[in-house]
Amino acid sequence: MTAQHNNFTTIPHSPSIDKVGVEERVARFQTRSIKGPSKMQGLSMVLSMIDLTTLEGKDTPNKVRQMCYKAQHLHDFQEGLPTVAAVCVYPSMVSVAREALKDSTIKIASVSTAFPSGQAPFEVKKMDTQFAIDAGADEIDMVISRGKFLAGEHAFVFDEIAAIKEICGAKRLKVILETGELATLDQVRRASDIAIHAGADFIKTSTGKIQPAATMQVTYTMLMAIRDHFDRTGKMVGMKPAGGISTSKLALHNLVMVNEILGEAWLSNEWFRFGASSLANDVLMQYMKQVTGKYQSADYFTID
Amino acid sequence: MNILKTYKIYIGGQFPRTESGRYYLVKDTNGNPIANVCQSSKKDIRNAVQAARKAFGSWSERSAFNRGQILYRIAEMLDGRKAQFIEELTQQGQGLESAKKEIEMCIDRIVYYAGWCDKYQQILSSVNPVNSSHFNFSVAEPTGVVGILAAQHTGLIGLVSQLMPVIAGGNSAVLIASEQLPFCAITFAEVLETSDVPAGVVNILTGSAEEMLPTLAEHMDVNAIFLSNVHAEMEKNTQLSAIDNLKRVIVKNDEWTQDSTQGISFISSFQEIKTTWHPIEQIGGATSSY
Repeated sequence: MTAQHNNFTTIPHSPSIDKVGVEERVARFQTRSIKGPSKMQGLSMVLSMIDLTTLEGKDTPNKVRQMCYKAQHLHDFQEGLPTVAAVCVYPSMVSVAREALKDSTIKIASVSTAFPSGQAPFEVKKMDTQFAIDAGADEIDMVISRGKFLAGEHAFVFDEIAAIKEICGAKRLKVILETGELATLDQVRRASDIAIHAGADFIKTSTGKIQPAATMQVTYTMLMAIRDHFDRTGKMVGMKPAGGISTSKLALHNLVMVNEILGEAWLSNEWFRFGASSLANDVLMQYMKQVTGKYQSADYFTID
Repeated sequence: MNILKTYKIYIGGQFPRTESGRYYLVKDTNGNPIANVCQSSKKDIRNAVQAARKAFGSWSERSAFNRGQILYRIAEMLDGRKAQFIEELTQQGQGLESAKKEIEMCIDRIVYYAGWCDKYQQILSSVNPVNSSHFNFSVAEPTGVVGILAAQHTGLIGLVSQLMPVIAGGNSAVLIASEQLPFCAITFAEVLETSDVPAGVVNILTGSAEEMLPTLAEHMDVNAIFLSNVHAEMEKNTQLSAIDNLKRVIVKNDEWTQDSTQGISFISSFQEIKTTWHPIEQIGGATSSY
């Protein structure tokens, strides 16, 4: 495992980010118009990449059960639709989700390490993670300590991620940078490099609790970090933009960007995910518009 | 200098150009160009319905009295801009006296529906006798998003007569204006915008009804269609397109200039009756002793 072989001092120098260049490049992705069969294929792919998410203080077991049902039955009126990739819940809801999903192939992702703030003692974060895994989580979405990161204690952040990865073992670890709190793209890049070298299987933009969340500029910067890592080591790291992607159009633009920066190998839910709650229905409505030729209404799609 | 005006469309409280970038030229009776008007597209319909749906919730839940105040305000603002409306109608070939009369009639009609805002509920609702221990009552609730094809032969009175009962009843609207007489429709949008009508409650598009109506009629998020003075073929096609989500299709072929072309029936056409069975103690048969 990479975590054991790396240490903080071996992280390569992070290149500085040309913000104006990033904005121009990203703007070009957003001019792409995807129509007809390609759109259908793209929409279907988006659905299969969604981590259907509920992360509210008011989450109840029934809310989680309902979402797990939605995850398996996106829109039963239409045959041939995929299921989402995973559901994403709090550790306390993992056992409920496990029971609801039974032997489904849909994964259960649990946030951990005192999500969303990450402001808890290290021991608590480890217990939080272990609890989620014991309850049946397939994937762990941890948050980094942004306070420590911004205070310049990058080694602390690295060690923390490495320790959590150790607990995760073979279970995949997504590391949430919470880019909305990192202020600059340079910081986003540095945090990405630290997370990747500490053993992250995925890097993820946001908790969804802070605005701005997954802007295309931020996702672009993180994708570049993944590409540089791949060019250097030949190892793939996954990407998960989360928060703020609520329309099909934006999701498709993200796919275009992933394809152009990382290539087709990343275009599956093994390597790319969307963290979202309202995205699924928008994609379904767009999909049905393509099928029927008629603009759709939210009234005829299940809420999650 | 005469400015050749470009009339824009009205979606979600904004005045954008059509997303299609298309225009058509409206000419006076001598064939001289007077203005460019947006040739709206299916995507404008989509955007307008989205805006109308978003606005529907808070508009329908607003107090009926407040809706009345806002409608009255529309009449006030229209009254203040009478001259412009009369000029636009005459530009499009209408006689001066007839134009003046039409605008006066529009103002009267808006005030008329402003008055109905907090009164139709009493007329349309009822307490129903039932043979069980229930307090059983029916209330009128707005249908939702209503698509309106404004009467094509009038510049304003048709539009006003069709739109006012729809929004008085708490619905939001997407309206296709008269293709050949579109000026007043967009100027009326400016009146709406300055009358405290919340963004998206009324959306007005100009262009070809033939092109846009099918999209509106098929749209699953539109709950009713209000047609006026359309030919049989168009009415039939609209009825067929409306089937999928069981839209109401209301057709009124009228000149819209008589007092008989206003009334509570125009409001009730866009209301749904909800009946509630509320369990109570035995109230002694069918007497009215509750």
